[in-house]
Amino acid sequence: MTPAFRPIAFVLNGRRVAVRVHPLKRLLDVLREDCRLTGTKEGCGEGECGACTVIVDGKAVNSCLVPVAQAAGTRVTTIEGLHGRHRLQAAFAELGGAQCGICTPGMILAASTLGPKPTLDEVRTGLAGNICRCTGYEGIYRAIKAANKARGARREARGEGREARGTARARTAARRRRP
Amino acid sequence: MRTAISPLVVKQPRTLKDALRMLRDDGPLTPLAGCTDVYVGLNFGTLRDARFLNIWGLDDLRGIDVRGDVLRIGALTTHAEIVRSVLVRRRLPMLAAACREVGAVQIQNRGTLGGNIANGSPAGDSLPVLAAAEAFVELRSAEWTRTVPFGEFYTGYRKSVMRPDELITAVEIPRVEGAQWFRKVGTRAAQSISKVVMAAVRASRPRIALGSVAPTVVRARSTEEALAAGGAIEEAQRLLQDEISPIDDIRSTEAYRRFVAANLLMQFWTDTAPRGRARPGVNRRTR
Repeated sequence: MTPAFRPIAFVLNGRRVAVRVHPLKRLLDVLREDCRLTGTKEGCGEGECGACTVIVDGKAVNSCLVPVAQAAGTRVTTIEGLHGRHRLQAAFAELGGAQCGICTPGMILAASTLGPKPTLDEVRTGLAGNICRCTGYEGIYRAIKAANKARGARREARGEGREARGTARARTAARRRRP
Repeated sequence: MRTAISPLVVKQPRTLKDALRMLRDDGPLTPLAGCTDVYVGLNFGTLRDARFLNIWGLDDLRGIDVRGDVLRIGALTTHAEIVRSVLVRRRLPMLAAACREVGAVQIQNRGTLGGNIANGSPAGDSLPVLAAAEAFVELRSAEWTRTVPFGEFYTGYRKSVMRPDELITAVEIPRVEGAQWFRKVGTRAAQSISKVVMAAVRASRPRIALGSVAPTVVRARSTEEALAAGGAIEEAQRLLQDEISPIDDIRSTEAYRRFVAANLLMQFWTDTAPRGRARPGVNRRTR
């Protein structure tokens, strides 16, 4: 018999969810099994490879090392939360940033926390916890650089400066309001 | 995950007081902070603990401030928060340097200073820094608060003076005079566990501490005394060999660790040699 667990609530990709699972269940397993979002991958299961990277309250973490109890009340973003429309996703696909694809969700999410214009050094340090056995990393670095360039160009075309944050926030809010 | 989680028990205190009461009345309980060590054991089925105390939500144990002349870091402060802290970078740059080399970003965002101490690995990156800085560990139970000099905290391999009903609540570091130095040697800049790690302070009485070369972090007191007395660095390198007891293991060999420890001592001494004006900050050649 499954014991009754108290619900653990958090915001997943902009939507409130509540799961009744063992509080020590890994966030990784809750996302894949209970929330049915299998974009988050398990690689090593010991915090070495970064394949299971998700974003919790704006910070990249290894979801294989987070008990779901510690996700209660947080905002969690998985690769599904980027809706396939993120500039990094397009750039990874175009420029050979992905080959077998197992590291890609974690790689893209980790890259998305690097701020607007990371230097190559910041990219290398920021992604040091994400291991890729296919690309040799050069395609990945190329994609991140191109994505940030594209972002700057789009902003200039719209006449937006550094204050574009408000717009991005409004867009996220609009997405969340959708039924 | 190889451990079956259904038999595991976790207590969820709302306040520090609750947590301390649970440790006293419902123990033994293994505290869960950032989980970056505990969950590796759970994932691989090597952890035998079955009862846990989730302290991650106890925000009273977070934060960095200066009280009087003492830098105080809450036990739940993460490595990432330490790396970013202006207070730490100004007063204890060797700690910021050490925390920057813990795992990678994902681990630094979860792993805590208190957890690094409690885990007690001889390879813990922050531990030689706390030893060389002559830090104090604040321990609290439901009944008392006590402060233990870091040099007296460990009693053996992963053993310490901490009682099962106590929690590490903070680390206090008095002002450190002199040039600070830190270097971790491993297979790769990120993610790897050290083969040898050393933190040191160049002052009239130098302080030198090493990790991964003995069952616990070690202070090299004879080496320090020889250098303080104006002894030659070669003599200090010889003395250091008697103060460490490295082993052959999966990450390195005894011989290599002895060789590297001697080299690190030389590098520290050269990097921090007085030349006109003292340079602020920690050595920049960490990576």
